[in-house]
Amino acid sequence: MRTIVIDPVTRIEGHAKITIRLDEDGKVADTAFHVTQVRGFEAFTEGRPFYEMPAITARICGICPISHLLASVKACDAIMSVRIPPTAAMLRELLHCGQITQSHALSFFHLSSPDMLLGFDSDPARRNVVGVIEDHPALAKDGVTLRKFGQQVIESLAKERIHPSWTVPGGVNAPLDRAVRDRILAGLPEAKAIALRTLSFYKGVVDQFSDEIANFGTTPSMYAGLVDDGGNLQLYDGGLRFVDAAGKVVVDRMAAEDYQQFIGEATIPTSYLKAPYFKPLGFPGGVYRVGPLARLNVADRCGTPLADAEFDEFHQRFGAPAESSFHFHYARLVEIIYALERMETLLNDPAILDRHVRATAGVNALEGVGMAEAPRGVLIHHYKVNEDGAIVWVNLIVATGHNNLAISRGVDQVARRYVDGGKFKEGMLNRVSAVVRCYDPCLSCSTHAADQFPLDIQLVNPAGEMVDRIRT
Amino acid sequence: MSQQVSVRIDGELCTAAEGQTIYEVAQANGRSIPALCHMEGLSSAGACRLCLVEVAGIGRLLPACTTPVNTGMSVTTESENLAHHRVMALELLFVERNHICSVCVSNGHCELQALAQKLGVTHVRYPYNYPRLSVDTSHPRFVLDHNRCILCSRCVRVCDEIEGAHVWDIAARGINSMLVSDLDRPWGESENCTSCGKCVQACPTGALVEKGRAVEEMTKRNVVVTTLAAKRDAHP
Ligand code: SF4
Ligand code: FES
Repeated sequence: MRTIVIDPVTRIEGHAKITIRLDEDGKVADTAFHVTQVRGFEAFTEGRPFYEMPAITARICGICPISHLLASVKACDAIMSVRIPPTAAMLRELLHCGQITQSHALSFFHLSSPDMLLGFDSDPARRNVVGVIEDHPALAKDGVTLRKFGQQVIESLAKERIHPSWTVPGGVNAPLDRAVRDRILAGLPEAKAIALRTLSFYKGVVDQFSDEIANFGTTPSMYAGLVDDGGNLQLYDGGLRFVDAAGKVVVDRMAAEDYQQFIGEATIPTSYLKAPYFKPLGFPGGVYRVGPLARLNVADRCGTPLADAEFDEFHQRFGAPAESSFHFHYARLVEIIYALERMETLLNDPAILDRHVRATAGVNALEGVGMAEAPRGVLIHHYKVNEDGAIVWVNLIVATGHNNLAISRGVDQVARRYVDGGKFKEGMLNRVSAVVRCYDPCLSCSTHAADQFPLDIQLVNPAGEMVDRIRT
Repeated sequence: MSQQVSVRIDGELCTAAEGQTIYEVAQANGRSIPALCHMEGLSSAGACRLCLVEVAGIGRLLPACTTPVNTGMSVTTESENLAHHRVMALELLFVERNHICSVCVSNGHCELQALAQKLGVTHVRYPYNYPRLSVDTSHPRFVLDHNRCILCSRCVRVCDEIEGAHVWDIAARGINSMLVSDLDRPWGESENCTSCGKCVQACPTGALVEKGRAVEEMTKRNVVVTTLAAKRDAHP
C-alpha cells in the first residue's frame, strides 16, 4: 500500500490534508480528507459572559466573521428570549448580504477562476489570480470591483471590515444613516451588472467542463439549507430544510433549537473536524451537503426576480437537485445576484431607517441556539449559560463540518478517475484540490485556528516510509 | 494658608503648596505625567509605577503620585531612561494577565490600551503569563473580569473613600495578588456592595464593567468619581 498525501490543498482558506492510499497496483484504495489543526475554542470561552461570544467567535474566522457574528447574536437573542426589532433583523440581513457578496466574489474570481479560465492542466506557476488578470483583464477587474462593493457595504454599516462589533445581542448597536443607505443604493446597479455579466459569461463556458461536472462529487447525497415560510431561499433567517438525493423534502423548517434531533455529530479519527450527519439515516448514510449548491437544491425559489430567472435556468440545465459539486461555482454566482437584489429591497423599505434597533434583556433562558447561512453553508452556534450569564458549554457546527463527509467522498471519486500509477501528475493533483475548492472550505474556522498552508505532498510506501515529497 | 515651596519641573521654576505631590504640581504647570493608578479625588496608591520621575540628587526613580515636593527639588518628567521604564512597566502589565483587546468590552475605551498606544508600545518583549483566571458574573448589574485587572486599586479606594462601603480589597501578594469583594466572596453575595457602580466608572480597564455591554461598548465616566469627590471636599 502506498499513500499520496496532498497536504495542504492550495488556495483554500485554511489548512487541510488529503491522503490518497494506493494499493500494490498503484490504484486508489481509499481517500480521506482531514484537517490537521487543533480545536480549543470551546474551552477558551468557558466562564465568559455570553454576550461577548459574538465578537469572540467572529475572530475564529477572518474570512466570514459576519456569519459567526450572526449565528452567535441569534444564540444570544435566544438566551435573552427577546424578539429583536424588525429593523434590526433587516439590518443584520443587509450586512449578511454584503458578506455573501464579497465572500462569493473572492471564491469565484480569486480562488476558482484560475482553474476554469486558464485550464486545470495549465502551468501551475501562472494558474492563479495574476494569470487571470493577464489573460482576462475585464473579468478580473469585475471581480475586484464586486468584492470591494461587498466589503464597502460591510464597512459602511459596521465601520470596520473585519470583525465588526455593530451586531450585538438584541439587535444592532446603531441605526442606519440615510447617507449610508443612499451610498449603498448608488453602488448597487454596477454591482448587479457585474454579477449578471459574470454569470452570463460563466453560462457560456460551463459546458467546457463536462468532464469535471461528471466527476466532481456526483455521489448522491442529501442537502440542507435555510428556507422561509414560503420555501424561498434564506440566508439570515428561516428554518432548516433537508431534502433527499432525489430532491424530496424530508424535514422542513426545522427550528434552530431542534437541531440535535436531526443532526448527529460523529468524530472522525483522522480529522479534528466533526462530521455532522442526518440523524434519522445514521452515520455515514446520512451524509448531506450544505452551501450555495445545497441552498439552491432545497429552496423552491429564490424570491427575487433576477435570481429566480437564473434559478429556473440552472435547474433546467442541471436538474433539480443539481448533483455535481462542480455547480457550487454556478450557485455562488446566482446567490450573488440574490444578495444584491435583497439589499435593494431592504434599502428601499423606509423601515430600514427606523431608530429602534436594539432590544435589551438579561438571561431569560439557560440555553440558546442560533442558526444562519454562512457563505459556505449553514452555521449553528449553541450555548449554555448559568443563571448569571456565564458560558458553561458551547457547540459550534460550521459549514465545512457539514460538508466534511461529502468532501471526502468527492475527492475519492475524483481520485479514482484521475489518479493512476501512483505518480505525482500536476493535472491529477490539481483536480483533487479543485474538487475540495468547489466547497470553498474554510478550514481555519472549522478547527478554530488559522495557519499558513504551503503545499506539502508526501508519497508513502506500504511500509509507511516517505519515499517522495514535494513542497512549494 | 499652607507654606509655599519652589521646585523646578523640567527646568521650569514652579511654586507649589507644601504637601502637594510632584504629580499635582507638574499637572498644575502643564506637564502630563503618565499615570494609571492615580485618580483625581482619590488618595494615591503608587501601585502602577507609570508616573516615575527623576529627582536630582536621588539615585532611584520616584513615583510622582506619592512623592511630596520639597523646596529646591529639581524634577525631570521626560527622559530616555523614564520612557524606557514606563514602556517596560506597561509591557509587564500586559504579560501578567490576559488583555486580549480585540475581544474586550472596553476595547477602544481603555486607559491601559490608550497609554500603551501613546507611549508607543507596539509589541511585548516578555513571555506572556496566560494565567487561568475567573470572571465573576454573580452581581446582577456588573461583571469583574480578573483577566483584565491591573491591580491599580482605584476601585478599592473609590469604594472606601467616596462610597464608604469598602467592598474591595486586594488579597495575597505579588503575582498572586487578586481583587476580592467582601473578603473573598462572590460579588453578587456581597452584603456591603450598594451597587452604586463607582468602582466600574473608576476602573481604567475592562476589569469592572456593566453587565450586557458587548465588545467595544463599555465606556467609563471617570468624571463621575472626580466630581463627586470634589463636591464632598466642598461640603465636608
Ligand atoms: S478592577 Fe479595575 S479598578 Fe479595580 S484594581 Fe483592577 S484594574 Fe484597578
Ligand atoms: S500613577 Fe503613580 S504609581 Fe500609578
